[in-house]
Amino acid sequence: MNKNREVWVFIEQEAGQIAAVSLELLSKGRELAERLGSRVCALLCGHGIAHLAEEAIYHGADLVLLADHPDLALYRSLPYARVAIDLVQARRPYIFLLGATPNGRDLAPRVASAVRAGLTADCTDLQIGDFRQKGRVYSDLLYQIRPAFGGNVIATIVNPEMHPQLATVREGVMRLGAPDRTRRGEIETIEPQFDGRDLVLQIVKREMQPPCCNLTSASIIVAGGAGMGSKENFQLIHELAQTLGGEVGASRAAVDAGFIAAEHQVGQTGVTVRPRLYIACGISGTVQHRAGMDQSSKIIAINSDPAAPIFQIAHYKIVGDLNQVIPWMIRAYHENAK
Amino acid sequence: MAYNCIVLVKQVPDTAHLSGKTMKEDGTVNRAALPAIFNPEDLNALEMALQVKDRHGGQVTVLTMGPPRAAEVLREALFRGADRVILLTDRKFAGSDTLATSYALKCAVERTGDYDLVFCGRQAIDGDTAQVGPQVAEKLGLPQITYAESILALQDREIVVQRAFPLGKETVKCALPCLLTVISSANQPRPPSARRMMACKLAATPLEYPALLKQWPEFETAEALDHYLTERDQKIPIWTAADIGADEEKLGLDGSPTKVWKVEYVVLETSESKQVPPTLEGVSGLVKELIQGHIL
Repeated sequence: MNKNREVWVFIEQEAGQIAAVSLELLSKGRELAERLGSRVCALLCGHGIAHLAEEAIYHGADLVLLADHPDLALYRSLPYARVAIDLVQARRPYIFLLGATPNGRDLAPRVASAVRAGLTADCTDLQIGDFRQKGRVYSDLLYQIRPAFGGNVIATIVNPEMHPQLATVREGVMRLGAPDRTRRGEIETIEPQFDGRDLVLQIVKREMQPPCCNLTSASIIVAGGAGMGSKENFQLIHELAQTLGGEVGASRAAVDAGFIAAEHQVGQTGVTVRPRLYIACGISGTVQHRAGMDQSSKIIAINSDPAAPIFQIAHYKIVGDLNQVIPWMIRAYHENAK
Repeated sequence: MAYNCIVLVKQVPDTAHLSGKTMKEDGTVNRAALPAIFNPEDLNALEMALQVKDRHGGQVTVLTMGPPRAAEVLREALFRGADRVILLTDRKFAGSDTLATSYALKCAVERTGDYDLVFCGRQAIDGDTAQVGPQVAEKLGLPQITYAESILALQDREIVVQRAFPLGKETVKCALPCLLTVISSANQPRPPSARRMMACKLAATPLEYPALLKQWPEFETAEALDHYLTERDQKIPIWTAADIGADEEKLGLDGSPTKVWKVEYVVLETSESKQVPPTLEGVSGLVKELIQGHIL
C-alpha cells in the first residue's frame, strides 16, 4: 500500500522558460495535493535552469527536484527518462503529471513502462474520488478523464494499484493560477548518473519557431471548418479575425483539407481554448472539435445546415450563407465599433 | 549494408466516420459495426521501412496484435511489399492497455530474430495515446525517435533522422538498433501492387481455414490446405502468448494497470441560446449587442 501521496509535476522548459502547461499542472497539482493532504513536487531538468526552481514554487510546488546537467540541456528521451525513472523508483510518488506536449508524450510512456505503472494520455480533467472493484474500495484515486474514440465519448480511467498514477494533460485545459511570490519551498539538487547507453542519441540540429498564433490565451477566436469550401474562401476567416482583433482557429477538417496550418487546429487533437468569444464558421461541431472549445464564454455558430451539432452549444445561431454573413459581420463591426 | 526492419501495426475502427448507429446503448463503441482499417500512421511506418529495404536491402517483417480478423491488415501489408507477416492473437491478450500491449509486442519482436530498426506509427486513431511505441522501445532497451519524418542518412550502424513537431524540426543521430515512431507527413504510402496482390492472394492464417475450405471445396481437409499454403509461403503464422514466451500475469486485463471505469457521451448544453436572422440587420444587431456587452 502506498502511504506516500505526493503529487509530482514534470516541469518542461525550453530556452529558460517554463512551458505554460507545466505551470497549469502545478496549479492543478496544488489542488489535488490539498485534497490528499500531501505535497506537490516539481521535477525540473535542464542545464543552467536553477533560477526556474523559484518560479515552480511560486506556482505551487512545495519541493523542487532540480537536475541541472549539461546532458540535459536539450530534451532527449533517454537522459530525461533516466532521471525520472530513477527518482520515481526511489520515491514512488502517488501521482505524476506531465504536459501532453510532444516531449511529455515522448517521456511519459518511457517512464511508465520502466516503473510498470499505468499511464493515461491527453487528459482534459483530473479529479480525486473512490473506485470500487471486486468488493474492494480504493479511496482517493485519481480520476483521469479524457476524450476517446475520436472524441465521441469521454472516458474516466483509473489506475487502482500500479502507482504512480501517471497522466499527460492537455495544454490549456487547467486554469493557470497567479504566481504567489511569497510562497516558500524546498529545492533539492539531484546529481544524475548517466552511462553510455543513455547518450547514444545526439541532437544534430534543432529549429523551433516561436508559436505563430496564440490560441490558448486569445480572447476572441474566429474559426473556420470544412464548410469554408476552399483555401481562398478561408481568407474570410482571416479578415474577420483581423477586424475583430482575434486569432484564427480551425477544425480538423479544415486542416486536413489544407485550408490552414495544423497549429491553428482547435479540438481534441489540436489546442483547447476558452476565449471570451468563439465564432465557429462552417464548422459542423464534431465532439472532437467541441471538446476543444465548449468552455468558451460566448459561442457564435454560422452554418448553412440547421442540423449541425455546433448549434447545440452555440449561444448565437446563424443559419445562413457564410459568404454573406461574414462580410456583413465585418461591415457591422466597422460601422458600430468606437 | 542490409537492414532488417520490423513494423508494428494495428487494425483500428475507422473512428473518423463514427455515427450514432455505431455506438452501443452503454456508450461504448460497437467495433463490429465499424469499418476496420489499417491505422493510417502505421502505413507511413510501413512505407518508411519499405524505403529502407528498397535502398539498402534487408527484410521487412510486419507484426500485429489483435483478433483473428486483424489478418486483413497483414494481407494488406503483404500487398504493399512486406516480406513476412505475423499475427499475434490469443484471448489472453484481450483487454490489454498500452503497458500490457507493449509487453506482448516486445516478446514478439524478440522472437522474430535479429533486427536493426523497429517502426511504429506515432499513434493509433482509436486511442490517440502514442504510448505503445515508446513503451516497446523501453522494454526492448532501445532508444526511441518519436515524430520521425524522414531518414536523412543510414550508414553502417548509425541513423540520422529528422523529427517534426507542430512548431519545428529536430535532426538527431542515433546508434542502431533503435525504434522510430512515424508521423503522417513522412511519406505517401505506396498503394498495394497488383503483382503482389496476385502473388499473395491466398495468404491466410490457420484461423481462416474453415472459411477457406468452404470457398475452395477442392481442399478436402485443413491439413491439405495448410500444406498447400505452406509450400507456397502463403501461410500467415499465428503466435499465441505461449509462442512468444510471455508471462501471463503481464498480459490482458491482469497486466493492465489502467481500468476504464466510466464511458459517457458528451452532454451538450447551453444556458441560453438565440437565433439570429441571416440578414444584414440581424447580424448588425448581434454585433451591436456584443459591442455593448464588451464581448467585442
